[in-house]
Amino acid sequence: MRVALFVPCYVDQFYPQAAIATLELLEKLGCEVHYPKNQTCCGQPMANSGYEHLTGGCNSLFVDNFSGFDYIVCPSGSCTLHIKEHLHADGKEMQAAEIRKKVYELTEFLVDVLRVKQLGASFPYRVGLHQSCHGLRGLRIAQMSELVADPFSKPGQLLNMVSGLELVTPGRADDCCGFGGTFCVVEEAVSAKMGKDRVADHVSHGVQYITSADLSCLMHLEGILRRQNSGVKVIHIAEILNNSL
Amino acid sequence: MSTATDKHHPQLAADFNRDEPRVNWHDETLWWVRAKRDMAAHKLPEWELLRETASQIKLNVLSNLSSYLEQFEANANKNGIIVHWAQDAAEHNQIVYNLLEQRGIRKMVKSKSMLTEECHLNEYLKEQGIDVIDSDLGERIVQLANEPPSHIVLPCIHKKKEEIGDIFHEHLGSAKGESDPKILTETARQHLREVFLTRRAALTGVNFAVAETGEFVICTNEGNADMGAHLAEIHIASMGIEKIIPERKHLGVFLRLLTRSATGQPITTYSSHFSKPQDGSEIHLIIVDNGRSVQLGREDFRNSLKCIRCGACMNTCPVYRKSGGHSYHTAIAGPIGSILAPNLDMKKYADLPFASTLCGSCSNVCPVKIDIHDQLYKWRQVIVKEGYSPKAKTMAMKAMALTLSSPALYRMGGKTGRFVFKYAPFAVNNKFNPWYNQREMPKAPDQSFGEWYAKRKGAKN
Repeated sequence: MRVALFVPCYVDQFYPQAAIATLELLEKLGCEVHYPKNQTCCGQPMANSGYEHLTGGCNSLFVDNFSGFDYIVCPSGSCTLHIKEHLHADGKEMQAAEIRKKVYELTEFLVDVLRVKQLGASFPYRVGLHQSCHGLRGLRIAQMSELVADPFSKPGQLLNMVSGLELVTPGRADDCCGFGGTFCVVEEAVSAKMGKDRVADHVSHGVQYITSADLSCLMHLEGILRRQNSGVKVIHIAEILNNSL
Repeated sequence: MSTATDKHHPQLAADFNRDEPRVNWHDETLWWVRAKRDMAAHKLPEWELLRETASQIKLNVLSNLSSYLEQFEANANKNGIIVHWAQDAAEHNQIVYNLLEQRGIRKMVKSKSMLTEECHLNEYLKEQGIDVIDSDLGERIVQLANEPPSHIVLPCIHKKKEEIGDIFHEHLGSAKGESDPKILTETARQHLREVFLTRRAALTGVNFAVAETGEFVICTNEGNADMGAHLAEIHIASMGIEKIIPERKHLGVFLRLLTRSATGQPITTYSSHFSKPQDGSEIHLIIVDNGRSVQLGREDFRNSLKCIRCGACMNTCPVYRKSGGHSYHTAIAGPIGSILAPNLDMKKYADLPFASTLCGSCSNVCPVKIDIHDQLYKWRQVIVKEGYSPKAKTMAMKAMALTLSSPALYRMGGKTGRFVFKYAPFAVNNKFNPWYNQREMPKAPDQSFGEWYAKRKGAKN
């Protein structure tokens, strides 16, 4: 199975350890993982700011990098969703359509495609799960609290396979953290307040780590935790699932 | 009471956030309403089917709006209701004024109508020397405080009971320092009773207008619409063109959804059907467009007209909860307001579609399944294309797009950025960086993933 690893730009630059964990985890599970080296960004920062018309360059580059694989896997719900919903490229629409079908967020790939039943990972800590909105309500990797429907959680299912890990659900199971792309600077006051409230919810439940399938949320929450000199850390879910003692 | 301000959502929200305990209180109050909505919804196994049904009924209405409106008008006329048509807010206000003027009426009681807020009817009538008293308790409170409502269902949700006590002490003569909600409500009740008994004209909104029967339905918890309408010589009802439902049986869908979504109640205390005037009195119904037909013509945004004004999207919206209704500087705040307002004035409300993280919770609670967060995204594209985006932002976005379209520029930018973070942190950790105001910047690693991978044995590109 030829899998292309799609690493979001900010993960590439600021959180390489999460991408390394994703790569190692997929290899452990038997995938032949390729990293197309000329990848940059999915274009979401421009599109969500109202400049989708400027994403042609990113889209074209994305298609060039990611065509021809069995699957494309990304350790971010948000970037995956953006590609799924908005990847179009002039003259390459067939390939773009193919990619939109083949792109998966990491936890949904592990659960739905690889059908992982055990992991051999260990992480003996109290861990709070932050549901990223795009993974949750966009990709539906877990059930949403607003709907009257049966519960499920792909990240939760995977975390429950990790020995020693105590999974903690915050008081508000899927309230947004307030990152929101450029929202985090344009609406700084509300963004920071939302982040502080998410952090407080997790901290009040005695977590040692906050994890998520999206590092953009975690980058924002980490900024707040560090400003508060908190002992609570953030960690991408791939790093937990790939962790062995 | 218009929200006369030049400030946009980010500034107004920052002002609101200066008092953090109040933000916490506001957030928790609205979250409690959201939790009540969840409990009510979860009691109905058919909830999602109800939402889908309501959405489809409204889709049918929007697809055949002109014929339903004509059918409704014909049936309402048969019942003895006098129907008026208003193209915009000014025409609506003029019709109301003329009806009052012709009868020599100088005082009117009004129950809740977001449409009249949208049309700024109260200010207009005040300028004409007409005294309007709002009879919904929350509306009365904000009216006395000379403020607009901050929420479409809970107009004074931003006010604490102690503040309401002060307002009532000043205007209605309640004891100083009184903040017991029961006593304050009784004070309002006594004051409004006198108003109901002496007003010759009553204006109400409309929740649903049934094309099949020519009747309209008003939902209140306080019975204030009924009290006003039944005691007045003339009942004026104002409705937007989108309030139509085809048949009476469809009320069974909407009435079950409306209040469960709004407050978690199974149904409003009063769901009153008005089909014909009592002997000796008149019912005038004003059907208002005010931009709705323009919105109907916008394919991406027409579904916003399905809205039944339950306010569930506000209660669930973390941005609304933490920025307050007034920060939206428009009659209808929150996510739904942010997709309706740009249709009326794109320049003035260019900020609102950006007052969202696109988290999508609004679309999930919406009882008529409006794709609110997708429409917020789409409005952003329209606003930028129409030139209502700040120039500096456009420049920054062009530079970003250029960098991210080129692997070489991207690698160089990333390297430089990380270098700056590491060796010149003062360049980013300062007051000109909004991120840094309340958050630390991410730590810069020595190498990017791409750089690490290039050195890895057996790298597969």
